[in-house]
Amino acid sequence: MTIPQSSAPATFDLLKELTELPGISGHEDAIRARLVELFAPLADDVRVDPLGNVIALRRGTDGLGRRLMLAAHMDEIGLVVTKLDRGFLRFTTIGGINARVLPSQDVIVHGKRDLPGIVASRPPHVLPPASRKENIPSNELFVDVGLGAAELSELVSVGDVISIQRETIQLGQGKATGKAFDNRACLVALVLALHRLQDVRHTWDIYAVATVQEEVGLRGAVTSTFGVAPDVGIALDVTFADQPGAASDETLAWDKGAAIALGPNIHPNVYAKLVDTAKSNEIPYVVEVLPGNTGTDAWAMQVTQAGIPTGLVSIPIRSMHTPGETIVLRDIERTARLLADFAAGLDGETLDNLRLE
Amino acid sequence: MKELIRRLCQVYGPCGQEEAVRRLITQELTGLVDESRVDALGNLIALKRGTGNGNAPAKRVMIAAHMDEIGVMISHVDANGFLRFTNVGTVLPNTLFGSRVLFANGSQGTFGMDGKPLAVEKPEMAKMFVDVGATSAADSPVGVGDVGVFRSEFADLGKRILAPSLDNRIGCAILIQALKELTNTPNDIYAVFTVQEEVGLRGATTAAFGVEPDVALALDVTLTGDMPEAHTMEVALGKGPAVKVLDKRMIAHPGVRRWLINTAQAYDIPHQLEVLEFGSTDAAAMQISRAGVPAGAISIPSRYIHTPVQMVDYDDVQNSVRLLVNALGGPVDVTR
Amino acid sequence: MTNESLRSLISNTQYPLLEELSTARGVAGQEGAVRAILRQAITPHVNSVETDHLGNLIARKAAQNPNGGKPLGVMIAAHMDEVGGMVQKVNDDGTLKFRAVGGIDARILPGKRLIIGPQSVPGVVLEKPVHLGRSNSAATIDDLIIDTGGASGINPGDMITFENSYGTVGHLLKGKSFDDRVGCFILSELLKQEYPCDLVGVFTVQEEIGLRGAKVAAYSVAPDVAFALEGTIADDLPKDEDISSTTVLGKGPAISVMDRSAYADRRLVELLTLTAQEHAIPYQIKQPGVGGTDVGTIHLAQEGIPSVAVAVPCRYIHAPAALMNPADVLHTIELMAKALGRLPSVWESQQ
Repeated sequence: MTIPQSSAPATFDLLKELTELPGISGHEDAIRARLVELFAPLADDVRVDPLGNVIALRRGTDGLGRRLMLAAHMDEIGLVVTKLDRGFLRFTTIGGINARVLPSQDVIVHGKRDLPGIVASRPPHVLPPASRKENIPSNELFVDVGLGAAELSELVSVGDVISIQRETIQLGQGKATGKAFDNRACLVALVLALHRLQDVRHTWDIYAVATVQEEVGLRGAVTSTFGVAPDVGIALDVTFADQPGAASDETLAWDKGAAIALGPNIHPNVYAKLVDTAKSNEIPYVVEVLPGNTGTDAWAMQVTQAGIPTGLVSIPIRSMHTPGETIVLRDIERTARLLADFAAGLDGETLDNLRLE
Repeated sequence: MKELIRRLCQVYGPCGQEEAVRRLITQELTGLVDESRVDALGNLIALKRGTGNGNAPAKRVMIAAHMDEIGVMISHVDANGFLRFTNVGTVLPNTLFGSRVLFANGSQGTFGMDGKPLAVEKPEMAKMFVDVGATSAADSPVGVGDVGVFRSEFADLGKRILAPSLDNRIGCAILIQALKELTNTPNDIYAVFTVQEEVGLRGATTAAFGVEPDVALALDVTLTGDMPEAHTMEVALGKGPAVKVLDKRMIAHPGVRRWLINTAQAYDIPHQLEVLEFGSTDAAAMQISRAGVPAGAISIPSRYIHTPVQMVDYDDVQNSVRLLVNALGGPVDVTR
Repeated sequence: MTNESLRSLISNTQYPLLEELSTARGVAGQEGAVRAILRQAITPHVNSVETDHLGNLIARKAAQNPNGGKPLGVMIAAHMDEVGGMVQKVNDDGTLKFRAVGGIDARILPGKRLIIGPQSVPGVVLEKPVHLGRSNSAATIDDLIIDTGGASGINPGDMITFENSYGTVGHLLKGKSFDDRVGCFILSELLKQEYPCDLVGVFTVQEEIGLRGAKVAAYSVAPDVAFALEGTIADDLPKDEDISSTTVLGKGPAISVMDRSAYADRRLVELLTLTAQEHAIPYQIKQPGVGGTDVGTIHLAQEGIPSVAVAVPCRYIHAPAALMNPADVLHTIELMAKALGRLPSVWESQQ
């Protein structure tokens, strides 16, 4: 009798589950716990490092210990309480949140218990006409959890984080919308890739890493890459999809597969091998030109220890850093295939081929 | 302890030239630590060995307080003896008029500006100069590359203290005082007096790499929100040491935060929580050293940071010492 | 460096390696051509040459006649990359949208010639004729378009550089990318000599986008002491105001006491200034607080590495053509060679 392997979950179901969990930078406990559960049956070892990165290891078949690191960050942007003010909460942002989307947004305040709330601002009717034409300054926004001042101070203290509340749903033509697609969509791809690798022989050790604190400065990638010390590192993140109102040269087509990045942050031969993998396995992809700081974990990864040959694979999404991010589900699946096939294609000659002339 | 604070605040020590501060601290540490060394960047790394905790080896706990202070570096001496300068660390141009600077060789000076300075709302440093009383380039007692630090008289106001460079000589004083009071500890305490914090946490970066701590704490000052029309911030003078939740460059490890809060509660030490929207501390560098270090900070509420006259509350200072001594005196548990 | 070899270098008015280096094209991440030139130039003079994963070229040269004990490890860095651009998109009409790689000043670009891609296709930056209306705002890279006349063989990601302009202007050398090909040239010359310390010459990558090559090279080399060699800003045009020129052409190597990236090790600054005074080599202190060099990441590597930057003053460094004084180049070589010769004994006496 063969032992049935765990079958891969449906892409949308996994995306919905992972994106609806809270995990503000530095406070990733809930999403981390679920990722440890998801990685455990797919890996030989799962550990959590001092900063809270989840590091899952699938051992390769040749026992030589060559290491591929696939990293996607688990944290999301959010808010944090700075002051309790006459029954309302003053807050500041954690990560680059687009303040224009905040007024009237549903949130959850993570106090002694989770409290649903809403971002409050003054009614436009009472404001002078000129100020109605400007964005609401963030110092005029509050969070209202509908409690009295005394009760609020029992339950909430300065430093408690606030996450965006948004259900993930399907749209037409295989698309979905919700919050935290940046970067849970890539964690979905990572989990799907690990499922795929159960059926494929791979000679390299594969470290699937879910990093923390990317949105506040790539901090989890700095330390996890130091700890893993991979021979090759691939960062996974989202990028900008074409959308009305955005300049076409700032964005990429979606529904064309993963974006493989090219630029000084990327080792040319890692790029070439990713493209080669996509071509020979007939996986669609697009090329993303990033002439400097990629703003992803790849930027930190590359300059860790004595330098890591680094690649970057991205999934295009619309309306990044808003609660209305949208994605083509098929792009997640294509990304998973690309990662699994890339990992399986690493062999004894890969390191030699990475050497620069 | 006020005498120690007074002496520390008077010593010349801009970023990169912390030698005199290091000498004073080295003297103060005599007999308090088991060994000490100075690393390549000039960090003073002192070790007080712990007894271990039962069978477990002693945890390596690194406490960083930076020795350096901000200042101005002369960049050009003009023909009439006026000195153009650049900032060493974050210097606030509005605070310069009426300030006094002291150079390494004892020369002193004050600031002026092209045109009509007092009519200018936001002075530009490029239009300002230091006047050291020279009449020509030839008789200027200081030259390109020399650094001036801000100086004012130390004043004991009773409950509160006025002094220059409380950022961060107050952190140094608290760390020294804690080592004096800490008689017994299960932990290996690495008291690190760092350099070049004000120009980018540079000393803490290399010191943490060298020490490889299990847990790290920074001792530094923080802003307050307790003045008229201040920026929204819940930290106030006199309400105790502030346990850092986050700042611009780091989010404190939840386990470290809990360890400090539990200690404060167990010993009935007043304390507050700090969410800082500007700036950061050595903890940010220690946290991302090597494969990562659980890190946090004890912040001393301070008004008028980065000006020549800074203010702290003496109760806050003493309570910071108590918090540190009691936190370090027992087993350190920073599990999430 | 012996006086004899220095004299022969000065008497030679041609610097073929410097010309070759200035002409070579290499923005951050695409330094291969510069690396190939340097590898060939230095291999005969060193014990080993290797390339790391970011593309840093690392040359090692063992100490000759060390004082005894383990020789002092000295790293000297010079960066290979230049500022430039990268093709972002090939428009349907064959024109190109592009992005800067490193700190390029967009205001200088309209109407300039640029060289694109591995086949060195020439192009020009479009600018609206002034007859059709003057633009009051400064150009930004976003607004600019390169026209190659629809040349084929250009792809997104291709590098964009200024065109070669190597030559002389009066007594000055002219060329693109003196920042930091002049540092590479000086380091190559230094590697020809013998020193009482273990010398590791590192030709670094990706300086212009954040000192990234030097960061990893310093980590793996882990020297006791480090120097960076640079081409730096000279702002020595006539001015109404009596303000700093940052550096001045012809006044010798510029020593960085402090810039935006690092605070120099005071002992090394003193080594350089005393050496210069003893040998009557001109030198200047660069205006503090301006710019940054590979020292910014080198001095923070591992447990910290005492470091200093020494630079040749150059006018117009982030523009198509820079100017520098050949005497400054030669004096920088001489100062570094003399300083390296006495460094181990000075350093030991200071420990």
